[in-house]
Amino acid sequence: MSVAAKVWGLHLGVLAALLAAQAVLPAYHAGNLARIMVLAVYAMGFNIAFGYTGLLSLGHALFFGAGLYGMGMLVALAGWGAGAALVAGIAAGGAMALAVGLLALRTAGVSFMIVTLMFAQAGYLTILYYTPYTRGEEGIVIDRAARVLLGFDLSQDAIRYFAAFALFALALLVKLALVRSPFGRVMVAMRENEERSRMLGYDPFRIKLAALVLSGVYAGAAGAAYGLLFGYVGASFASIQYSILPLLYVLLGGAGTVLGPFLGAALMFYLIDLASGITTAHLLVVGVALLVLVLFAPKGILGALRDRGLKWLP
Amino acid sequence: MAAVALLEARALTRHFGGLRAVDGVDFDLAQGEIHALIGPNGAGKTTFVSLLCGRIPVQSGSIRFAGQDITKMPAHRRVRAGIAYTFQITAIYPRLTVLDNIALAVQSRGAAHLAAESMAALDRVGLAARADMLAGELSYGHQRLLEVAMGLALRPRLLILDEPTQGLANSEIDAFKDLVRGVVPDMTVLLIEHNMDVVMDLAERITVLNFGQVLATGTPAEIRANLAVQTAYLGG
Repeated sequence: MSVAAKVWGLHLGVLAALLAAQAVLPAYHAGNLARIMVLAVYAMGFNIAFGYTGLLSLGHALFFGAGLYGMGMLVALAGWGAGAALVAGIAAGGAMALAVGLLALRTAGVSFMIVTLMFAQAGYLTILYYTPYTRGEEGIVIDRAARVLLGFDLSQDAIRYFAAFALFALALLVKLALVRSPFGRVMVAMRENEERSRMLGYDPFRIKLAALVLSGVYAGAAGAAYGLLFGYVGASFASIQYSILPLLYVLLGGAGTVLGPFLGAALMFYLIDLASGITTAHLLVVGVALLVLVLFAPKGILGALRDRGLKWLP
Repeated sequence: MAAVALLEARALTRHFGGLRAVDGVDFDLAQGEIHALIGPNGAGKTTFVSLLCGRIPVQSGSIRFAGQDITKMPAHRRVRAGIAYTFQITAIYPRLTVLDNIALAVQSRGAAHLAAESMAALDRVGLAARADMLAGELSYGHQRLLEVAMGLALRPRLLILDEPTQGLANSEIDAFKDLVRGVVPDMTVLLIEHNMDVVMDLAERITVLNFGQVLATGTPAEIRANLAVQTAYLGG
């Protein structure tokens, strides 16, 4: 079997399994999976910047939050329809990444981490500062009536699942095509050796900016979709915790792999879910899991599999 | 000047603090020649070519390339304009496959048939059979060869080779010399080299740098006969 056949077979197989899962899984787990798929889109966006291009941002919650609030405030304050607000949220994520990237990409490495972290904190505090419009800590509840997209009521479980699936499938296939494209190869080249890439004629600033904007578009789409599907827009989604979560998902599943973010998001979600059923110290369980990961599989689950024979894994 | 000048540097200067790494260098490259740059360690050879390819900004002076002033052009645009630089210390992508390495160079110049042209570029240096290996798993000699192949795959007008034969076995050096002879006169080659046999064998003209200044320029025979060069470099 050719590499391309294996790659497409695997990814389309995963999508088919997820589509079928809705009919098989109990409502509770189907609901979880819908949430995981949206979070996985966010993590896939993070992975474009971090896993492929080597940009470790600690401020992606800003882009997620831009999508979430870009959509939510237009619906709640301006009365926009779900479709237009969703598009606006996606654009807000990309625009925010462009603005941050133009400034933050003048730095690299640790400085880049700090600068992105500070931008995200500034964004979080801005949301709290404008509480009369954003409803601050309390957040905005999106009315059921406003959560209708193309005639589908997104507050219904089955429709919500398929909407999350549609977004996830689109994001996954676009990303798969991206990383197998010549531009995907250049992103990886930036990660591996920026100076060499410059001397092959690639402008590091432009390549990294493009990757970051794409990453912001993914994060914005996930944020806007999250607000629409689950009906809530809150400041906590723009906090530092939501900058760290996609990093954990990606590290767990495998940085620089297409399916890693989904795998990491699913495992982390259920790890927290199970651990909090046993103990209130569920973050301790997460911490131990991450330690084990760093010690025994520092490239994440799919990264480790790629090293052990599945070399074709994109 | 024998032929049309491809590159002209005038009064090119770069100081690092008190160190005059490159100090008022005038330098011409003729279209299609193999030109060697020699000089003792610390003479400013690598700094000089870094100014030419844009890795280090020019302090003063000017560079014209193919009739265009490129003094302030950023490095990545100079590559697109036709100046390729191969690193002194091998700078391939060790964790990518050999094919991906070469494809990055081929796609940079906008090739129409990426896969086929990448394989052709590997074939030219005899690495086609190793296309699917990780570049980091190649032997040192093959890594140097891949580095040169990436430079060639850009199809530059000027190929700058910074100590390309360092660490190569004698048989590999012979193959390398044939490779370089094969690219002129389509390309122009500027070679920094310590191995005098390679220099005398390949170069049509030689420029000797010492303390950041041009000590002499001429044919191999002229350089061999030059007393100042012998004193400074060839050990009198």
